[in-house]
Amino acid sequence: MLTIKNLHASIEGTPILKGINLEVKPGEVHAIMGPNGSGKSTLASVLAGREEYEVTEGEVSFKGKNLLDLSPEDRAREGVFLAFQYPVEIPGVSSTNFLRTAVNQVREYRGLESLDAVKFLSIMKEKMKLVEIDQKLLSRSLNEGFSGGEKKRNEIFQMAMLEPTLSILDETDSGLDIDALRIVSNGVNQLKTSENATIVVTHYQRLLDYIVPDFVHVLYNGRIVKSGTKELALELEEKGYDWIKEEADAASV
Amino acid sequence: MSKDNQILEELTSKDYEHGWSVDMEVDEAATGLNEDIIKWISAKKEEPQWLLEWRLKAFKTWQEMKEPDWANVTYPKIDLQALKYYSAPKKSNKPKSLDEIDPELLQIYERLGISLNEQKKLQGIAVDAVLDSVSVGTTFKHTLSKLGIVFCSFSEAVKEHPELVKKYLGSVVPITDNYYAALNSAVFSDGSFCYIPAGVRCPMELSTYFRINAANTGQFERTLIVAEESSYVSYLEGCTAPQRDENQLHAAVVEIYAAKHAEVKYSTVQNWFPGDKNGKGGIYNFVTKRGICAGDYSKISWTQVETGSAVTWKYPSCILKGDHSIGEFYSVAVTNNYQQADTGTKMIHIGKNTKSRIVSKGISAGKSQNSYRGQVQVMKRATNARNFSQCDSLLMGDRCGAHTFPYIDIQNPTAKVEHEATTSKIGEDQLFYCNQRGIATEDAVALIVNGYAKEVLNQLPMEFAVEAQKLLALTLEGSVG
Ligand SMILES: Nc1ncnc2c1ncn2[C@@H]1O[C@H](COP(=O)(O)OP(=O)(O)OP(=O)(O)O)[C@@H](O)[C@H]1O
Ligand SMILES: [Mg+2]
Repeated sequence: MLTIKNLHASIEGTPILKGINLEVKPGEVHAIMGPNGSGKSTLASVLAGREEYEVTEGEVSFKGKNLLDLSPEDRAREGVFLAFQYPVEIPGVSSTNFLRTAVNQVREYRGLESLDAVKFLSIMKEKMKLVEIDQKLLSRSLNEGFSGGEKKRNEIFQMAMLEPTLSILDETDSGLDIDALRIVSNGVNQLKTSENATIVVTHYQRLLDYIVPDFVHVLYNGRIVKSGTKELALELEEKGYDWIKEEADAASV
Repeated sequence: MSKDNQILEELTSKDYEHGWSVDMEVDEAATGLNEDIIKWISAKKEEPQWLLEWRLKAFKTWQEMKEPDWANVTYPKIDLQALKYYSAPKKSNKPKSLDEIDPELLQIYERLGISLNEQKKLQGIAVDAVLDSVSVGTTFKHTLSKLGIVFCSFSEAVKEHPELVKKYLGSVVPITDNYYAALNSAVFSDGSFCYIPAGVRCPMELSTYFRINAANTGQFERTLIVAEESSYVSYLEGCTAPQRDENQLHAAVVEIYAAKHAEVKYSTVQNWFPGDKNGKGGIYNFVTKRGICAGDYSKISWTQVETGSAVTWKYPSCILKGDHSIGEFYSVAVTNNYQQADTGTKMIHIGKNTKSRIVSKGISAGKSQNSYRGQVQVMKRATNARNFSQCDSLLMGDRCGAHTFPYIDIQNPTAKVEHEATTSKIGEDQLFYCNQRGIATEDAVALIVNGYAKEVLNQLPMEFAVEAQKLLALTLEGSVG
């Protein structure tokens, strides 16, 4: 579904991604871990099409299409969803109104008729249960004054509404309390099918107890320096990143 | 130049949607301005002697005045002698029903999406459509007249209710008030008149659509709204104008009088032709709007959505004379390309326990300049006066300007006056967030801007709010920054 080949990207002339290779197949869950500043959010942003990042080399294909050719909104409409590490506030626009605009634009792109208010609301009610989000929160201005955890929960609610093929969750677990972590993970698991795939970016192995990955990758200095199964996450939890950094630094000299 | 500015450049080149005009035969005054022209207009309109004298007095006053130059706008000097001061669609008999109205006129309304036929059926809005200077269709008159409400063209009011017109005309905006008000008083062509008798709550929104359709015709609308004791009315005014190459002057005067316990809500959606993307053409909109809360516990509320005009100069104001009276001003002013707007309000607290609230939301895009100018004045006897002002500016791109000029004059120590101001930019983060959810940039801008202006848009009657939202989106199409 997603094939990343030798992806290089820079921001304001500074190279951040230095040759990423990754293959994600339908039904898979990939976890990406790695020290702060290693390029995890950058990778997510580049996949979502953020214009500040310049792709200098490499290819990304998504469902057979050249992802890098598509505008950010078309990537979203094709089924790429990014749960932001830092969700943005939009004053005066309710989550409900925002989502209705989003859902209908995505549907239009896919040749589906737009949902009327009643239909939209009933789907919303159903998805709200999935992440146990309060209706009151959704009538408020999008993310404005939301607590850190509420913002994250709202991201997953949006994911539920948009039903993406590829979801990239950028540190969705940070800021969630223990109960919320379980609820949000549950939501993500319930949205999982054999057709879609998930990339979870996280620092904590605890999340991976809930959302069990098929593969774990370690990103360091703009490259995936180690890949393995969920046991790798346990090992990292125990040993930290130093041994991986040493290995990688030795290899690159 | 950043990427966003490039997009802005490309997309702001949209042409004005309502930019067209229909050729119509007109009956118009000779070019220029002098006593004879004023007499000609007055005679044409079969006005009583007192009104002619009032006009002539205004003309004399005006001749001694100088064009104001304090506003933060620049424009070539208008040659007032090159304008024509009266033009009316050439149809000698007034139509009795819509069927009698010139199909070309109806076509204009249809293309604007405001056909009278439709309006008539829609949600009980009485429409007094002003095309150029003479009213061409009035509906719902019957329902209103049963309640004793008068809602008609100004000329008609002069004929049918001269005593009311004589009593209130110029009582809120005297002819000496300012240059444009004096000019308007001398040459005003037509407009609307509205009278709500004591104790009556007007059951429908009253609305008037103004439209300029004759080249080189100065437009001088005159509106007078009188709300007697314990009455209520919500009045809507909206306008769009066809594209022109020469600048057109629009200098309207609106006067509102609210007696004890009366409430008047005045809403405007203003969309005069703003000039093309190079700043050519466009309407000069120099308007004087003022209301007086004459009685205790009265309330006047101005809501405006200003998207049009090349140059706007407009300060809907409230004189809070009655004790416990309330004045409100809610404004969204959008400028794009080379538009200039200098707009705001004056709240003059005279009575005790008077309150005023100002919410101004400026949006600037392109190379436009957007200024808020507000004055809060608390007079000596206005014990416990309260004012709250919120003035926000939203910038799109980095070639536009937003300016705030608050003036505060307090002569009573018990006054409480609060002023808050913010300036923000539509963030790339916000746009990307919307894009990532599948929302196209133009729709994202519309969403963000409507969110920003929500507090003001919420003040508009429902069907107007929807129109206003569309208008904001249209005006800002592509203005990413
Ligand atoms: N405008 C910029 N100019 C230069 N460097 C930048 C710029 N923006 C981001 N970076 C750098 O890119 C690197 C990768 O950042 P990124 O946000 O992708 O890290 P991350 O792996 O997500 O980290 P974290 O775990 O802290 O979220 C960081 O070193 C960051 O400082
Ligand atoms: Mg990150």
